[in-house]
Amino acid sequence: MRHLISVLLENETGALSRVVGLFSQRGFNIESLTVAPTEDATLSRMTITTFCDEQEVEQITKQLHKLINVLKVTDLCDSSHVEREIMLVKIEAATRDLRNEIKTMSDIFHGQIVDLTPTLYTVEIIGSSEDLDHFLEAVTKVTEIIEVVRSGVCGISRGERSLRL
Amino acid sequence: MEMLSGAEMVVRTLEDLGVDRLFGYPGGAVLDIYDALKDSRKIHHILVRHEQSAAHAADGYARTTGKVGCCLVTSGPGATNTITGIATAYMDSVPMVIITGQVATFLIGQDAFQEVDMVGISRPIVKHSYICKKAEDIPVFIRKAFHIASTGRPGPVVVDIPKDCQNPKMKFPYEPQPLSEISMRSYNPTRFGHKGQIRRSLNLLAEARKPVVHIGGGVIASPGACARLTEFARKYRLPVTSTLMGLGAFPGSDPQFLGMVGMHGTYAANTAMHESDLIIALGARFSDRSTNNVAKYCPNARIVHVDIDPSSIAKRIKVDIPIVADIGTVLDQMNDTIKEMNLAIDNSRLDAWWTEIEAMKTRHPVSCAGDGTPGLLHPAKVIEDIYRVTDGKAIVVTDVGQHQMFTALYYKFDEPRKFLSSGGLGTMGYGFPAAIGAKIASPDSEVVCITGDGSFQMNLQELATCLQYGLPVKIVILNNVSLGMVKQWQMMFYNGRQTETFMDAAPDFVKLAECYGQVGLRVSRPEELDDVLKQSLAIKDKTVVIDVCVDPDSRVYPMQIGGGSMGDMRINREEEERV
Repeated sequence: MRHLISVLLENETGALSRVVGLFSQRGFNIESLTVAPTEDATLSRMTITTFCDEQEVEQITKQLHKLINVLKVTDLCDSSHVEREIMLVKIEAATRDLRNEIKTMSDIFHGQIVDLTPTLYTVEIIGSSEDLDHFLEAVTKVTEIIEVVRSGVCGISRGERSLRL
Repeated sequence: MEMLSGAEMVVRTLEDLGVDRLFGYPGGAVLDIYDALKDSRKIHHILVRHEQSAAHAADGYARTTGKVGCCLVTSGPGATNTITGIATAYMDSVPMVIITGQVATFLIGQDAFQEVDMVGISRPIVKHSYICKKAEDIPVFIRKAFHIASTGRPGPVVVDIPKDCQNPKMKFPYEPQPLSEISMRSYNPTRFGHKGQIRRSLNLLAEARKPVVHIGGGVIASPGACARLTEFARKYRLPVTSTLMGLGAFPGSDPQFLGMVGMHGTYAANTAMHESDLIIALGARFSDRSTNNVAKYCPNARIVHVDIDPSSIAKRIKVDIPIVADIGTVLDQMNDTIKEMNLAIDNSRLDAWWTEIEAMKTRHPVSCAGDGTPGLLHPAKVIEDIYRVTDGKAIVVTDVGQHQMFTALYYKFDEPRKFLSSGGLGTMGYGFPAAIGAKIASPDSEVVCITGDGSFQMNLQELATCLQYGLPVKIVILNNVSLGMVKQWQMMFYNGRQTETFMDAAPDFVKLAECYGQVGLRVSRPEELDDVLKQSLAIKDKTVVIDVCVDPDSRVYPMQIGGGSMGDMRINREEEERV
C-alpha cells in the first residue's frame, strides 16, 4: 500500500542523510522524497512516499521518530489529506497540430506552457501523482517526451489536524 | 568568565561531566586535546594499543558502572578502528561517547591526510553524532552527546572535532552546565507507562495460568529496575527467563529463574516460553537468536511488551499490550496499580504450572554429560569451576563463540553488570579489552575474561596495556585449537566438512603472557584445573593468562532446531546422534 509520511525535523547538517540512510539501512523503500525549510528556518518539512504494508509503515514511523533530529512524524494516508506534485515536461511539438493538441491537453490538466522553441513545448503540471501519470500517458500517445522532471509529492492533512511543534 | 581554547573545552567539559577515565590513542588530529589533557588532574587517560580496544574498554567500563564510557581517538584510521567497538555498543545499547579528531574544517572534503567522513561512516551504528564546525559548539555538543548516550535507550554517540576548532591560541568563554539542565525539543524519552495498558496487562496477569516474565538487557539499563523486578517476580511467584543480555538482572541461582532462552537456551526456559499463556517481556527485543521462527513463536501466549524504545515493539513479534516506558518506572506503576485496583492475584493458581516447570527442569537440566571425548576437559566443566572458585561473584567478560554460550549457561549471575558480553553484534575480540575497562571501573572486583584461542588472538596486543597500568585481570583461554562454534556448525550442518576452523598455529600463550611481563599458566589435564584456577586467583598484582586445553570435540547444547518453534531443540549429543 502507498503511504505518505510527513516528517518535521531539525534543519541541521546531516539530518537528511540520517533519514535517507535509515531507509536503506533497514531495507525500506523510498518512492519519492521532498524536503525544504519551513516558515521557521530551524525546521525542515519532509514528505516521503513509500509502498509497504501496515507493519512496515509502523516500523518506518517509529524508526524515523527515533532519529534525534526528528520532531514529528505522521502518515498522511491515515486521514484525509491534500497532496501535490509539480512536473515539468519537455515535449516534441514541431507541427501546428501537435502544438494545439498539447495546449489542449495541458489546459485539461490545468497546466501551463512555461517555455517554447519552434519545435518544443515545456509544460508545467501541478496535481496528484496520479494526474501527472495520466498526463504523461496521454502525451506519449501523440508525441515524444524529451525530458521529465518531477518534484516528488508534498502533502498536508485536511482540516484541524496539523504537524507542528 | 573563563576563557578556554577548543582543546581545553573538550577536557573541561568532560571533567565537569564527571569523566574520570578516558580510553584513547593519540594522533595528529587530536594533539591539542592530548596537550590539554596533560594538565587535567581529574581525568586518567588509559593508553590502549589499538583504537578498537579503546572503544571496547570504554564499553566494558560503561557496562560495569552504568555510567557513560568515553574514548578519544584521532581522525582517519583512528576513527575507523573504533567502528567495530561502536557497533558493538550500539547493538547492546551501551552508553558511550566517542570523541574523534577530524582534519581542519578548511580541509574537509579534500581527501586530506587521515581524513575520513566519520559522521557518515558511523551513521548507521550510532544513536546520534555531532561534528563541531565551530569551537564554541564543543561544550554544547559534548554535553548533548552525554545526555543522549545515557538517557532513553542508551547508545553510543560520536563527537567529531576538527583540528582547527581545537586551536590552543583561540580562546572562548566557557561556562559549565549540568546535564540536568539540558533540554532538547526533538529528544524526550518516555518514562511513564500508559495507565490503561498497565491495568490491562495486570488483568491478564491475574488470569494467566502459565505466565512467564521474560527479561532482557533493558532491565539492567533501567536504574533500579533489577531489584524491583526481583521483588515483583518473587511476590507473584512468576517464572523468569532471560535473554543473553538480561543475565544477572534476576538472580541466576534463584529457583524461579529458568535460564537463558534462545538458540542455546535451556530446555526449561525455551519450553516454558513455548507452553506459556502470557509473556511479560521487559526490555527484551525478541531478536532472531531468542525467538527461533517467529511464525511458530509461543503459539498460546499473549504478550505484554515493555520497552523504552517504541521501535523495539512489534518489530519482529506482534504483541497484545505494548507499553513504551522505563522498566523500573513501570514496575513501580504496576505495584501501585495493583493496590489501586484491589486486584487479587492468587499465587496458588500457578501450582500446576510450577509442577510442569519443575518437571521440565528435572527432565533436561543444563548438562554436558555425554558430550565430547571421555578423559578430555569439557569447556562447561571449566566454567563450572570458575563459578565455584570465584564464589559466583566475579565480573565475567566473554568473547564470542562456544565459550560465550557455555559461560551464559553454566555461570549463574546473581547480580546485574557482572556479565559482559557482545550479544547483538557478536564481536570476537571484545572480551579482553572490555575486561580491561571493567577492571578499571571496578578495581576491587575479580575480573575474569573467558575467551577462546580464536577470540583472544583478535586483541591480545592489550597485554601491553595491562603491563603499563598493572591491571590484574584473569584471562581464561578455553583452547580447543579451533574456532569452536564455526566448527560446531560445520560438523552439524555441513556434513562435517571443516574448512578454515582448525588453528594449529597458536602461540604458546604461557610464554606470550610472560614476554608481556605477566603470568602464564597452563591446564593440560582436567585434574590440574582447580589448582591452577586457585593459584591464579591468588595473584593480585599481575595479569594472568590461563591456557586451558579443552576437548576440541565439545559442542554447545541445547541447540534449537532452525525454523522450528521455541520448544524445538536438540537437547544433547546423544539424542542428536541417535537421530
